[in-house]
Amino acid sequence: MERLILPDIKDLHKLDVYEAHGGYSALRKALGMKPEEVTDEVKKSNLRGRGGACFPTGLKWTFMPKQTNKPKYLCVNGDESEPGTFKDRQIFEFNPHLLIEGTIIACYAMGITTAYLYIRGEYGKWIRMMQKAVDDAYAKGYIGKNILGTEFSTELVIHKGAGAYICGEESALMNSIEGERGYPRVKPPFPAQYGLWGCPTTINNVETISNVPIIINRGWEWYSKIGAPKHPGPILVGVSGHVNKPGVYEMPTGVPLLEIIYKYAGGVPGNKAIKAVIPGGSSTPILRGDQLEGVCMDADSMKAAGSAVGTAGLIVMDEDTDLIQVIARISKFYHHESCGQCTPCREGTGWLHKILDRFVAGEGTKEDIDLLMEIANNIEGNTICALGDAAAWPVQSMIRRFRDEFERRVARRTAPVVEAVSA
Amino acid sequence: MLSEENLKKIDQLRKMYPTSQALTLPVLWMVQEEHGNISTEAMKYVAGLLNVPYGHVLGVVTFYTMFHSRPIGKHHVEVCTNISCMLRGSGRIMEHLEHRLGIKRGETSRDMKWTLSEVECMGSCGTAPMLAIGEEYHENLTLEKVDKIIDSRS
Repeated sequence: MERLILPDIKDLHKLDVYEAHGGYSALRKALGMKPEEVTDEVKKSNLRGRGGACFPTGLKWTFMPKQTNKPKYLCVNGDESEPGTFKDRQIFEFNPHLLIEGTIIACYAMGITTAYLYIRGEYGKWIRMMQKAVDDAYAKGYIGKNILGTEFSTELVIHKGAGAYICGEESALMNSIEGERGYPRVKPPFPAQYGLWGCPTTINNVETISNVPIIINRGWEWYSKIGAPKHPGPILVGVSGHVNKPGVYEMPTGVPLLEIIYKYAGGVPGNKAIKAVIPGGSSTPILRGDQLEGVCMDADSMKAAGSAVGTAGLIVMDEDTDLIQVIARISKFYHHESCGQCTPCREGTGWLHKILDRFVAGEGTKEDIDLLMEIANNIEGNTICALGDAAAWPVQSMIRRFRDEFERRVARRTAPVVEAVSA
Repeated sequence: MLSEENLKKIDQLRKMYPTSQALTLPVLWMVQEEHGNISTEAMKYVAGLLNVPYGHVLGVVTFYTMFHSRPIGKHHVEVCTNISCMLRGSGRIMEHLEHRLGIKRGETSRDMKWTLSEVECMGSCGTAPMLAIGEEYHENLTLEKVDKIIDSRS
């Protein structure tokens, strides 16, 4: 497939190169349309969010009130902190103007006059790259007052995070922009009604927004025929773990996981068997290696298989992997990143972590397996934001699909001798 | 506390946000970049500058892991140990660093030269294992590469 988000063009990050390859023509085209027509185009394309929830983007845009005396805002979410996810980073580095162009088009469609691009603090190097692109786009009149000589004006501000996974959650992200601790907000009210500073706000992922110029340029009909019909478009899949060629690969949605692993990522080192994969970042339920036949990277297929596309960060684990260490590490992460507002998450993630460390040390008991499940079940659905669910799902799915691993560890009752590492 | 250049930048930033509180993170970043960490005195300064309570600034500094309220080593070595890195040997990288630097993860050397931290996913999963020193990412690590990185700063 022709690469659309990350085309193989040298120095595409430079504005003149981007322009020479048709850059900012979608913006020109969009500014000649009515804002509702732009939203309609995105809606008909069936573009779904690439940040994890697969929510229809055009539909989200229609939630923004048309008549309001308050300013409206767009937040572009580049917090990218889900373990196994490293795709937005490629856009910042290799195609920053595509993101800027999409942002301005989105602002035009929704009547927004300020957009904040939130990038995780660890990406200092990429923030500088992105800032350079933004400065260049300002100088050329693609952002700012009277864009391309039209009545439309909008500002784009890069906001640097400071190390908090939770700020990828949309309402925590808004609080972080407001200068607060990254605490998620209770919903409703939803951001389209009460977002940044109480004003109508839309939050879209970096990759999602980067699809917008492509849709405007080529039309919704063309776009909607790429990949899986109900979840179309190009998708950036990050493959990591036990594969020969880890990296970010652009492909249409709906590619079988086995094809991603063996064709794109070059298979498993030493031709070992696959024990398990986490298909879409650490919070998505784990799948068994022998369950992968026919499972594809799109929302429906993944749901049918009992997992989710998430951020399409595919983590592959070979037959020698110690899954107890893996799940203990995942639980440690959620324990560390829980913001502490909700008791089930604040306490529960700590309990999961402690009990799983007990298993790693060879001291887990049979009762502990059920206890883990009970704690996870009591976190799920009982918190303000989805971090609680994200902490619960990996544990639940690991016990459901690999109970034998836990039971073997209980039977052995010794410290692990096999390292998780096999590469 | 802050350079003229940064104070000018703050004036520019004020136009980009409807409240001064929104400048909390950007201004704290400036303080940390100039001073290496954010002292109590600096937090009080930021509170005054932005007209927000000191408690608010303290709350923000302690919430975000990248803000340091105490001095850290000249070289801050951060090793990701999350799953993708773990599957590709970050455990060995971390142990090697503890041995080489003579400090455990979470510690700073007595001469204030090194701070070694275990960090969560840095978005380097396709080039694991990795470590970062400041904003610089070092990827596809081997023990030999780690030695070179440390030697060049010793």
